[in-house]
Amino acid sequence: MAYLELKNVYKTYGEGANQTEVLSNINLSIEEGEFVAIVGFTGSGKTTLVNLINGLLRPTSGEVLFKGKRVVDTSHERGVIFQNYSLLPWLTVGQNVFMAVREAYPKKDKSFLKKRVSEYVDMVGLTPAINKRPKELSGGMRQRVAVARALAMNPEMIIMDEPLGALDALTRGNLQDEILNIWSQDKRTALLITNDVDEGIYMADRIIPLKPGPKATLGPEFKIEIDRPRDKTALNDNLNFKKTRNAIIEYLMDIGESRKSSSSEEFKLPEVSPKSFVA
Amino acid sequence: MGQEIILKQGQNSSFLKPLLLKLTSRFQKKSVLSSLKKTGITVLSILLFLGLWHLGSKALYNKEASFKIEKALTERGQAAADAERDCIASGESSCQPNTLPSPAQVWSSLQSLIADHKVITADKAAFSAKMADVNAKLIAKGKDAIVYTGRASFIDIVLTSIKTVFAGFLLALLIAVPIGIIIGLSPSLRSAFNWFIQVFKPVSPVVWYLLVFMIVKTLYIGDSTDNAFVISFISVGLCAMWATLVNTAMGVSSVDKDYINVAKVLKLGTFQKVFKVILPSSLPLIFTGLRITLSVAWMVLIAIELLAQSQGLGLFVWEEFQNGANDSNAKIIVAMFVIGIIGFLLDRLMLTVQNGVSFNKNEAV
Repeated sequence: MAYLELKNVYKTYGEGANQTEVLSNINLSIEEGEFVAIVGFTGSGKTTLVNLINGLLRPTSGEVLFKGKRVVDTSHERGVIFQNYSLLPWLTVGQNVFMAVREAYPKKDKSFLKKRVSEYVDMVGLTPAINKRPKELSGGMRQRVAVARALAMNPEMIIMDEPLGALDALTRGNLQDEILNIWSQDKRTALLITNDVDEGIYMADRIIPLKPGPKATLGPEFKIEIDRPRDKTALNDNLNFKKTRNAIIEYLMDIGESRKSSSSEEFKLPEVSPKSFVA
Repeated sequence: MGQEIILKQGQNSSFLKPLLLKLTSRFQKKSVLSSLKKTGITVLSILLFLGLWHLGSKALYNKEASFKIEKALTERGQAAADAERDCIASGESSCQPNTLPSPAQVWSSLQSLIADHKVITADKAAFSAKMADVNAKLIAKGKDAIVYTGRASFIDIVLTSIKTVFAGFLLALLIAVPIGIIIGLSPSLRSAFNWFIQVFKPVSPVVWYLLVFMIVKTLYIGDSTDNAFVISFISVGLCAMWATLVNTAMGVSSVDKDYINVAKVLKLGTFQKVFKVILPSSLPLIFTGLRITLSVAWMVLIAIELLAQSQGLGLFVWEEFQNGANDSNAKIIVAMFVIGIIGFLLDRLMLTVQNGVSFNKNEAV
């Protein structure tokens, strides 16, 4: 039995005539300890998929199973790193993490909680900024706080919704390594949603493209057979990497093309001509 | 040695650094020039205002004076008109034209009000010294002490008004914030309360006063103590609370969805969710509401004190108007300025508190 399983999941928003089907017939299974990446265009329903898995949303039909049990609500077993960090701006870095830790360990005393907070803040290298508020931090630092907050709750599975989407290339690379480092330490199950194929290949064991919505559905999976730890610079010359990368991009491009050609609508240009203001 | 001390001081006052920086930058040449310019413009505009006021009041004075002389002429003949003219020119208080007072008259009225305050304070002190023995005996016998019941001075009147406003504001806060939070959290309660808010929000202060009067009057039956203060502060509170109620409900119901998602993913309990996520994120809106409430409270206060006969600025203005003494108009204008300046200071106070509690939503993540 798979660790996380989605069976024939459909998700629609709205009712009656305004109904739009965002996700259609999603089937996915993830094994324990696996690192899976889902790649897709922006607006293809990735965040909806994440919210179905973490329990913020419930599918219209079909079921989401986590360790064989149906997901009906959020759970501390599944930690979430949100796309827009979602730190609480009135709390400091330490307080943001502390809030999560206290919920995850309601029975532990304060010194244990404080120790755990400083441990995880230290892990993401933010000890000097522990008393700062989110708005005093850079984007990369904020995302690290979000990572520390999610991991400090000791989830069995980490769900990341485009966690590095808003960051510059350099910070992005650093954080990718940090996340991989943390993941490899205790081999938690991880699900990464991203729009960057290279990021997916560098980090994941398997990549599954999400065909763009409405009626988004998962495409065929691509296994990444590159040994870990992966070296980013050497990766560019790796034949396997090139092959997988080209295959995925080709697949995604093809979907893009077919989406374009499938639209039969013709756009008529309005007949306008420049008006002379001189005469 | 000296260096060491300086270093230590620097460490101790690290939290003062931003303040010091601000102060030192104030003294930089450029900002001195620009702030001089700013104060210059303000002073100039005040002088211009006083000048226009002076000219305007002079014109009104002349019009009123010539009307008086004209009237004397047509009704009682030339001799009476000349007498009237001489009387006005001599500055005799009995025949001064009654119109908008000039800035100088208002200023002297202010001084006479302050002098009056000193007299009354001395009076009070003398009274309590005289009655000390008698009161001690009365209290020993278990009777009420005799208190000073003379006329209130202008400063006492202002203090009564401020007290009334703060009592009303506090009442508004205690009613509007909890109800706002509750109806903000529950959409069904919100629609249940909506008609109530929409109907009562536009009701005039006068009507609120009458409603409160009906209720409090009955509650105070058999009690001889003065209930004017109670009636006026409750009316002020009820008039002013709507802005806070609506803003609190809106702030609580429109918390950023991201924060709600965080609360759900962390599985915060209801109490934690309300106090750690929803309330902090709606604080800026709540405080905007409270600021409006305070300024509305100060504005309706005058009308309500007038009706409730509470010894505050509203009653002062009304009594001066009824009084019609020579300097009554000047005293009314003094009260007008005092009301305006206190209102401005209250608003500043709330703004400072508001800036203290709010975080910048645009910059925050």
